[in-house]
Amino acid sequence: MPFEEKMTWVSGVVTMIVPVVYFAIMIGRLQGTPATDIHFQTPLIVAIVASVVLTIVGAIVISIGTSITATIHGRKPEDEIDRKDERDKTISRRGDLIGYYVASAGMVGVLILTMLEADYFWIANALYLSFVVAMAVSSAVKLVAYHRGF
Amino acid sequence: MGKPTRVTNQIRALRFAAGEMTQAELADRLGVTRQTIIAVEQGKYSPSLEMAFQIARVFGVPLDGVFGYPEDGR
Repeated sequence: MPFEEKMTWVSGVVTMIVPVVYFAIMIGRLQGTPATDIHFQTPLIVAIVASVVLTIVGAIVISIGTSITATIHGRKPEDEIDRKDERDKTISRRGDLIGYYVASAGMVGVLILTMLEADYFWIANALYLSFVVAMAVSSAVKLVAYHRGF
Repeated sequence: MGKPTRVTNQIRALRFAAGEMTQAELADRLGVTRQTIIAVEQGKYSPSLEMAFQIARVFGVPLDGVFGYPEDGR
């Protein structure tokens, strides 16, 4: 598996796990409590920071694992980690572009919420959801491209 | 599922003709990942024109000695 694909897996898994936990907590708090009374700021910041930290930790773990595997097979670790070829770049661009379209569609939804003067809770969470879905779709498109070709 | 590209190639045969060159060796010579060589060989990825020329140069054959493009419907 190319290093870039491993990184896509890390990004995709982190992108799925953290928001699922965050939204599960928010849905729990919504039960019987008006949205205006829900303190979402701290959990949202924690979720965003956790995503960044977990992605970095995942990248470090994958890098170390790849280096060890390369050494065992008599290959230079830097060849495995640094080698990003035209296929990796094309797949990355393709995934990012689809993710951009998804995020853009989500932004329209957020814009509508602001025009309707929805509560900050809904605007912030719709914004976060848009980014999360965009990232997840982007990762999925990349992984499908790696496996099925294009 | 059909192959994503209609471009065919003879890389596998050329590798064996070139002293059973491995996919990893070819990848190293081209500066790409082994998975990219596998994807090209399996018809899952059409390389850029530049990479196609590089592959042909490694085997010392013209471009159409490595890659082919069948007529419509085939």
